[in-house]
Amino acid sequence: MASTSETGHSPYKHPYHLVDPSPWPLVGALAGGVLVTGIVFIGHYGSYWLATLGLLGVLATMVGWWRDVLKESRTPGIHSPVVRLGLRYGMVLFIASEVMFFVAFFWAYFHFAIYPEHVSGAAKAIWPPQGTLTFDPFHLPLLNTMILLLSGCTVTWAHHSLLVGDRKGLVSGLALTVFLGAFFTFFQVWEYVVAPFHFTGGVYPSTFFLATGFHGFHVLVGTIFLAVCLVRAIKGHFTPEKHFGFEAAAWYWHFVDVVWLFLFVVIYWWGAGEIAHH
Amino acid sequence: MATAAHDAPHGSHDHHDHTPSFVNRWLFSTNHKDIGTLYIGFSLIAAIVGIGLSLLMRMELQQPGMQIFADGQMWNAYVSAHGLIMVFFVIMPALIGGFGNWFVPIMIGAPDMAFPRMNNISFWLLVPAFLMLGSSLFIGGGAGAGWTIYPPLSDDTYQSGPAMDMALFGLHLAGASSILGAANFITTIFNMRAPGMTLHKMPLFVWSMLVTAFLLLLAVPVLAGAITMLITDRNFGTAFFDPAGGGDPVLFQHLFWFFGHPEVYIMILPAFGIVSHVISTFSKKPIFGYLGMAYAMVAIGVVGFIVWAHHMYTSGMDVDTRAYFMAATMVIAVPTGIKIFSWIATMWGGSLTLNTPMLFAIGFIFLFTVGGVTGVVLANAGITQILHNTYYVVGHFHYVLSLGAVYGIYCGIYYWMGKMSGRQYDEKLGKIHFWLTFVGVNLTFFPMHFLGNQGMPRRYPDYPDAFWGWNLVASIGSYISVAAFLFFFYVLWHTLTKGAKAAANPWGEGATTLEWQVSSPPPFHTFDELPRIR
Repeated sequence: MASTSETGHSPYKHPYHLVDPSPWPLVGALAGGVLVTGIVFIGHYGSYWLATLGLLGVLATMVGWWRDVLKESRTPGIHSPVVRLGLRYGMVLFIASEVMFFVAFFWAYFHFAIYPEHVSGAAKAIWPPQGTLTFDPFHLPLLNTMILLLSGCTVTWAHHSLLVGDRKGLVSGLALTVFLGAFFTFFQVWEYVVAPFHFTGGVYPSTFFLATGFHGFHVLVGTIFLAVCLVRAIKGHFTPEKHFGFEAAAWYWHFVDVVWLFLFVVIYWWGAGEIAHH
Repeated sequence: MATAAHDAPHGSHDHHDHTPSFVNRWLFSTNHKDIGTLYIGFSLIAAIVGIGLSLLMRMELQQPGMQIFADGQMWNAYVSAHGLIMVFFVIMPALIGGFGNWFVPIMIGAPDMAFPRMNNISFWLLVPAFLMLGSSLFIGGGAGAGWTIYPPLSDDTYQSGPAMDMALFGLHLAGASSILGAANFITTIFNMRAPGMTLHKMPLFVWSMLVTAFLLLLAVPVLAGAITMLITDRNFGTAFFDPAGGGDPVLFQHLFWFFGHPEVYIMILPAFGIVSHVISTFSKKPIFGYLGMAYAMVAIGVVGFIVWAHHMYTSGMDVDTRAYFMAATMVIAVPTGIKIFSWIATMWGGSLTLNTPMLFAIGFIFLFTVGGVTGVVLANAGITQILHNTYYVVGHFHYVLSLGAVYGIYCGIYYWMGKMSGRQYDEKLGKIHFWLTFVGVNLTFFPMHFLGNQGMPRRYPDYPDAFWGWNLVASIGSYISVAAFLFFFYVLWHTLTKGAKAAANPWGEGATTLEWQVSSPPPFHTFDELPRIR
């Protein structure tokens, strides 16, 4: 238990953070409701305005809410050691729930890949389904694997620099990581453009695009998270002792990296069929 | 269970215990007790809708022929809305959001939840979620695919309108709310226990919330994945569950029940926790086999993840797979039996006070045991070939949920009403409510076992004349239950306006947990100085 002296200005004789009332949870929840109702509008009426409105509300909430968190983190005494430990628990549990989200999509994939007889209407029980052309795993997918693995190294470089107080190393490592993340996204988009199958082309493209698509979305989120950390690193927000925001971003990045390794090995490599040539 | 040092918690004299303005207090709240109150109020409002729907259903089934529903689709839409509302917007908000928020921090000696702002968005996400699910009833033909939303019935061929998508996205929001709440509870329990409050001294309600939170954290994202695939199947042309594109509807059943089975323990574990406290308090004895009780819940949680396909015995699974799921399901009866017998052993030789919360707790044990025993019957893959999708199943799960979990809610409300509101309920009114409810729900649900054994299928608004008798009895039972529910609102109103002022501990020496050492209601911030637990 942290000693109470660390609470600084707090009127309480305990080290925990009692948060001030905030409008963001209410705004964010309502904006979330507008956003998903907007997606129903897209699906059924082809109109995008409601989803756009909801998305803007969600983004405004994220900016406003996290700006408050950053302010609190820089106010002495609020983010005491035990509060920072709580934030770590929170991030680990969030990532655990994300893992289970991906379990659903891997489950769908394995349901058909291990038991091709589950594919309805197929003349021959093989995976990928007969006539499906797939990517050469050792072309773009391998390049993307290398990019993500390298980005794992650069973010660790940034972390070690941060721990020894080398801000220049921290900034360079983070900048390289953000750059590699963007590079990955670029190649992934390219791959989607040249894909030999189409999104609505049946069960193989369904499992492929939703698994890799949600991973790609997580890469985007992780890249933005790291970019925010880069700005904060340049501004000098992080110290060798206190840098939870960076840690959370790095954990998230490693999680995204590991999911990719599974996607690469299972879907691109083990699940490769007849290779499409461009 | 833990006892606190006598001098530790206090708070009525603290000078900075100011209550914020209305908007700050109820819309922008970061206070676990206020958010807990919001959850309980929300749950009561949702219960009016959910119970209202069930009343319409019983009025339809009171006699053969079509009474009030236009067709099977409308019937299915109402049945689905009833199920989803009761699960996601009545039971979970009351037990987890309501009592969990109110009492987990107090019981472990923490000043609030770990992430108070996130706590508030967990609550507010339920409001648009409920509005979306509720409005789906009034859009087109409604979302009539059952609470299990199986394709192909839930796909765009059979539920072509936007109502189904509104319901699915409503579930998404409710799921996000649950996941955030779960992370909050786990962090609070692991990181914010007062000095001396070791895991093995933690009150059983906190243990139950810890296990529940883990189940939510690991099960709900799988549902999110499943309904995401359903949404893209419906709207954007994927083919996960659509045989025309090579997909497989059975995949959805696996994904749904991998979530759905832990979900039923998510609803009942908090009730286990509450009942343990109430039985111990009104037997004036510590709970029998405290550690066994705690780890029985852990075991139920763990095994609960590997039994999901017992909901799918008739989906064409391999016979070996069915054998495994049958055996694994039976194993759950062991930790559940540990709990039932430990409650009985706690009462054994105790000095019993049969007031309202204790009546609901004993009623819970009796009714949950009935539901558990029919559960063991249904666990048999062979017997379920006949009973699957009959009223026997409806009777079974209403015994564990609408009698088990809901009795847990009533039990908690009567046990803690004085603590939460500062005013004590009237014992005579509480007992009238208990007996009305007990007669009503048993009359409603017990005949369903007979109907199921006779072969009456669920999810139909009409039936052959041969099923009339017990259906009439069940409908009369449901009218008594609804009358009991309305009477409960009178009890609430009577308590809040005319109830006697509640003492800090109205229950005496049997009540040993920390909430009984602070005032009723507790100060706005419970512990300015952390209590020390011996």
